Amino acid sequence: MKALRSIFDKIEPHFERGGKYNKYYALYEAVESFFYSPKTVSTVAPHARSYTDMKRIMIYVFLAAMPCAIFGMWNTGHNANVALAALGPDAVSGWRFALMDWLGFGLNPDSILACLFNGFLWFLPIYAVTMIVGLFWEILFAVIRGHEVNEGFFVTSILYVLILPASTPLWQVALGISFGVVIGKEVFGGTGKNFLNPALVGRAFLYFAYPAQMSGDSVWTPVDGFSGATALAVTASDGVQALAGQGITWWSAFLGTIQGSMGETSALACMIGLAFLMVTKIANWRLIVGCMGGMIGFSLLLNLIGSDTNPMFGMSWYWHFVLGGYAFGLAFMVTEPVSASHTNVGRYWYGALIGFMVVMIRVINPAFPEGMMLAILFANIFAPLIDYFVVRANIARRAKRNA
Amino acid sequence: MAQTRRSYLVDPLVDNNPITLQVLGICSALAVTSSLQVSFVMALAVTFVTAFSSMFISMLRNYIPSSIRIIVQMVIIASLVILVDQVLKAYLYDVSKTLSVFVGLIITNCIVMGRAEAFAMKNPPIDSFIDGIGNGLGYGLILMLVGFIRELFGAGTLFGFTVLPTVTNGGWYVPNGMLLLPPSAFFIIGLLIWGFRTWKPEQVEETEYKIQHLEEAH
Repeated sequence: MKALRSIFDKIEPHFERGGKYNKYYALYEAVESFFYSPKTVSTVAPHARSYTDMKRIMIYVFLAAMPCAIFGMWNTGHNANVALAALGPDAVSGWRFALMDWLGFGLNPDSILACLFNGFLWFLPIYAVTMIVGLFWEILFAVIRGHEVNEGFFVTSILYVLILPASTPLWQVALGISFGVVIGKEVFGGTGKNFLNPALVGRAFLYFAYPAQMSGDSVWTPVDGFSGATALAVTASDGVQALAGQGITWWSAFLGTIQGSMGETSALACMIGLAFLMVTKIANWRLIVGCMGGMIGFSLLLNLIGSDTNPMFGMSWYWHFVLGGYAFGLAFMVTEPVSASHTNVGRYWYGALIGFMVVMIRVINPAFPEGMMLAILFANIFAPLIDYFVVRANIARRAKRNA
Repeated sequence: MAQTRRSYLVDPLVDNNPITLQVLGICSALAVTSSLQVSFVMALAVTFVTAFSSMFISMLRNYIPSSIRIIVQMVIIASLVILVDQVLKAYLYDVSKTLSVFVGLIITNCIVMGRAEAFAMKNPPIDSFIDGIGNGLGYGLILMLVGFIRELFGAGTLFGFTVLPTVTNGGWYVPNGMLLLPPSAFFIIGLLIWGFRTWKPEQVEETEYKIQHLEEAH
């Protein structure tokens, strides 16, 4: 480590003001603060003491997403191997399966290692493309605008990858993250100034631009010729009862052995991540309470109303919780501090709006079976407005008290 | 005079563009730009209406009582729009069906009313006519740019001719479905404005407030 430090110390003057590579200071700073904690300290009051800084928060969120990532890899590989076993050896094609074979992992759906490695081979290219393309935009804006490359991108990149289907073409991955980083974040001034969640902006772009690769029955398991609807799509057409016919129980949906985007199927993994975020106080519990309350309340209401033609009306809240992206969104997107409301009262409302909207879109909108992404983006837009009203109400109350 | 007339015609193209600088006429720009042909017809229609309505209003400007001037302007504009609508229905029926209500809505297009109020009421007819043409062309220029991007990348065609063969037709291009939805025009116009203001920094509005720097970051 000492050698590394001395390298940084040696090259640093070139990037300082007046140095020959001053233009690329952002790049230097990004690499340096990746290895060492930033050395800028505040010299004027107020001095707030806290063990957290941006770097630590972002690393915590990254770590919290790891259970989802690892489980997602296993699930992707498992589903692919099961599908291949059913379709027979003729369906085996592509470099991944050749590599698996060559390394001796085989395609055994019962072997945890084989499934994990297979999923990893789907995860890695998407993640690599996301990092390369996303960092390109980050550094470009940092150099031109003169701010620093921010650790926030590590979080955006992992969350973005986890909400993509495993079979997403890599050029679409690149296009989506470009849109998310540039339009969702950088045009508003970079990390901390974005009012939308950049990962979701990228995902939403792909969802509307290339619906054939982002939704439907054949994209979730990356095997040609295999078709498996997501649990939500099954529910939307035939009701929750039909899930049993597909071999999906509540517990399997909770564990996450179902069809879906790479990292979002397991509610259990998401809850582990969420627990970690709550212990480290990065996730605000009020957002969770609001979001659960809104979802449970509105789905109970719809259960009461009932409908003869729309089976989604009968879907109970504990199914809403485990299916689709609800758990993942709850753990990692709703709790994102920048795009959520900033006042404590506002956080309840913000969460409740998401919970309400996700049920609303899933049940009442016939076009989209899944609603978490759209619900969160919708609430992101309303977050500043909610804060505004909370602040106005505070001012009015204090004026009354002191009148 | 020649110099000013030329500037009436040229200024609205880039320097004082009704869409990118004044941000007028956005609704129709979002709605009709999904293909180049429709954008082109719309641009022609708006240019025609803006030019002639400005000219006629300018001719009558000394006789229009100020208290009812908006109504008089509307009558002139509406008559011209109906004329355009009838011609389109007679000769370009398909296009007029795609344009649907947006031809009728030229009446409420901010650019037409804006030029009538801001320019034609104060200037002689020929100048007003040229100003109308210039603003129509400025509007048309942006419409065509947006239509070009949306049709090329959204459907792989230009004016209906295949440029990028799409996968559904056996080609290689996967069309971007979002570009066929109206919100995409919003993004494209936003990016165009960004581009224009980077190219011509004098178009950038003054910031309402400045973020203070207490200390230098490094």
